[in-house]
Amino acid sequence: MALSGLDIYKLLPKTNCRECGFPTCLAFAMQLAKKAVPLDKCPYLSKEAKLVLEESSLAPIRLVVIGKDKKIELGNETVLFRHEDKFYHPAAIGFIIDDNSSDKEIDVKISKINRLKFERVGQALEANLAAIRQTSDKKRFLDVVKKVSAATQLELVLISSDLQAQKEALGLIGARKPLLHPQSAQNIADFAKLALEYKTSLVVASPSLEEISNLTKDLKKQGLEDLVLDTASKSLAKKIWDLTQIRRLALKKKDRSFGYPTLVIVGEKDPYLQVVEAADYIAKYASIVLLEGAEPWQALSLLTLRQNIYSDPQKPLQIEPKLYPIGQADEKSPVLVTTNFSLSYYTVLGEVEASKTPSYIMSVNTEGMSVLTAWAAEKFTPEKIASSLEEFGVKDKVGHKRIIIPGYVAVMSGDLEEKSGWQVVVGPKEASGIPSFLKNLK
Amino acid sequence: MAIELAKEKWSGVINQVKIGAAKAISVGQEQALPFLHEEGGAPHKPVVAYEVWDTVPADWPEALISAYGNVLKDPVAWVKKCVTEFGAQLVAIKLISAHPDMGNKSVEEIAALVEKIKKAAGVPLIISGCGDNAKDNLILPACAEALKGENCLIGSVTQDNYKTITAACLADGHSIIAESPIDINIAKQLNILISDMGMPAERIVINPTVGALGYGLEYAYSIMERARLAALSGDKMLSMPFICFVGQETWRTKEARATEEELAGWGPALERGIVWEALTSAAFLQAGADILVMRHPKAIDIVKKNIEELMRG
Repeated sequence: MALSGLDIYKLLPKTNCRECGFPTCLAFAMQLAKKAVPLDKCPYLSKEAKLVLEESSLAPIRLVVIGKDKKIELGNETVLFRHEDKFYHPAAIGFIIDDNSSDKEIDVKISKINRLKFERVGQALEANLAAIRQTSDKKRFLDVVKKVSAATQLELVLISSDLQAQKEALGLIGARKPLLHPQSAQNIADFAKLALEYKTSLVVASPSLEEISNLTKDLKKQGLEDLVLDTASKSLAKKIWDLTQIRRLALKKKDRSFGYPTLVIVGEKDPYLQVVEAADYIAKYASIVLLEGAEPWQALSLLTLRQNIYSDPQKPLQIEPKLYPIGQADEKSPVLVTTNFSLSYYTVLGEVEASKTPSYIMSVNTEGMSVLTAWAAEKFTPEKIASSLEEFGVKDKVGHKRIIIPGYVAVMSGDLEEKSGWQVVVGPKEASGIPSFLKNLK
Repeated sequence: MAIELAKEKWSGVINQVKIGAAKAISVGQEQALPFLHEEGGAPHKPVVAYEVWDTVPADWPEALISAYGNVLKDPVAWVKKCVTEFGAQLVAIKLISAHPDMGNKSVEEIAALVEKIKKAAGVPLIISGCGDNAKDNLILPACAEALKGENCLIGSVTQDNYKTITAACLADGHSIIAESPIDINIAKQLNILISDMGMPAERIVINPTVGALGYGLEYAYSIMERARLAALSGDKMLSMPFICFVGQETWRTKEARATEEELAGWGPALERGIVWEALTSAAFLQAGADILVMRHPKAIDIVKKNIEELMRG
């Protein structure tokens, strides 16, 4: 429970000594409630008060960082539904490499995984993890760990219940701080010692929420808090129930023993169904999703879903309003007008590129609103478009005086011609009509 | 010590909507958020409708054309293929050819066609207009009359155009699709307007206007989550099942259409298109979708299997 300023005030010395830099203890308490000042500014805090305040300032779900170079941040979520605020730390998507595959198969798969980088709506989408799963003997597992770690910069997960194998793997690549996944709660104390020794994080795996709760409490006492929870292999609906319960118990019941990121290993083998199963987990709270299929179409669809689910609902993605030349645009190229809502812009961009017609896209500052919304909110008006034409110096870039507007705002044509002095051509309503429209444009 | 689970107790329940006559399908009646079976029952599973056009689709990509082949030229054969070959239990007809720019077929022609389709289908039907308000106000009442007693789902109606079609559905015993532009307030307002005309709430389905994966999916996703939470908390005017027109949105996207040469490194177009449609549907299922209107038979198969898994508990 977050404490209010008054709750905090009751725990302070109430001497108004000003050593914290604030005129009164109450003022200091108010700043503490906003997390605007650190607790240790008050030199006279009692031990008991300090404990209570430290506990209350902890996030209900711990932020756990995986790996060394890319430092994937997971957890620290604050809501159950993205509209209530937003989801903060995008699920890490990783691909499983089984050690019983042949060396050749492994080489092919790693190079595939390394290439899983895409760009959509101006954002880079990337796979995050490579997970090595032991199904053979220790020697083979270690060979594959060596092979994979040398071949990829991605952060690593080691899936093996073989304590000795994990220990020796850490001896090889401990500096990379791989996430340890022992697949069950057996020998968990020994795995915890390993994780502490190598300062890395550990998966607490058990089919029982109750056991998970007990284990995380014990591990916390041992000093290991960089934990990730996995409720083992179950039916899809049961996994969604578990993931929902873990998130709810942490946020609504303030149960710290569940306040950790979660991990799911996709069980489905069918190339399509495993992607759909992974998608369900991305939508429903999983912090790490590991699957076998690493084809570009599988990864691209999941990375895009993650991008959607983890986008900030309070802040539409915007691009800089300006005149964008597309292809070898010259003075004869058509000028298409759209908003600065990134989805509008990138949809138009995609179609213009597909049309292979060098063009200009003028992105008008609509404060990130889409065409129809901006038009309804009077952010996409003839005045606004006319002044953007001026501001971006469009008349110096092209030799004609003709602009193309989205079909949905056809009604503004006359007004816009009058206000801007430019000839207005009404384009298609949907961006998908742009290629044929540009082809037929005389 | 046993842990006390965080279970929600909801006061509301989603309405049951029945579509069809002989082989009627029911959707809705969820008592909890999607697939949380331990919290409340969901007697009906979400369903998938095959999207069928009454005219040859001019701009469908190769992945779709090769899946259907010759029947794309004949809506009756197309419907039959969906039912007999693909096992469709629900078909969604889109009456494109009535559009003034797409063939401008007469009211009589359209009414005769839907009768033929009804006979050929033998499964419940969803009937969508051509998108031109004036024309839809003519053809949809004619379809309603021609399909009297079939208990179809007809639409979509909008805040600006609902009276004529609602009256027709009311008179001929059909249910209605209420479309709102990714806006929970308009969704509720339109449900109230339609109810005020005497339409029972159990005959209204919400079309929240979804976007495809990567193209604003998250907007409708959150609108659906908010509406479902409101409904389960007791808001009767948002307690309608959702219909999501996923096929028409996904198959417009670059990711579903572009060839491998155009999108180097993004994988083969067929798999990309199928997964794009399947994943868009999967996401909306998690937000509470009850009816998904889809195009590719393979994507539909995948989504149906996903639904089976999710409903298995």
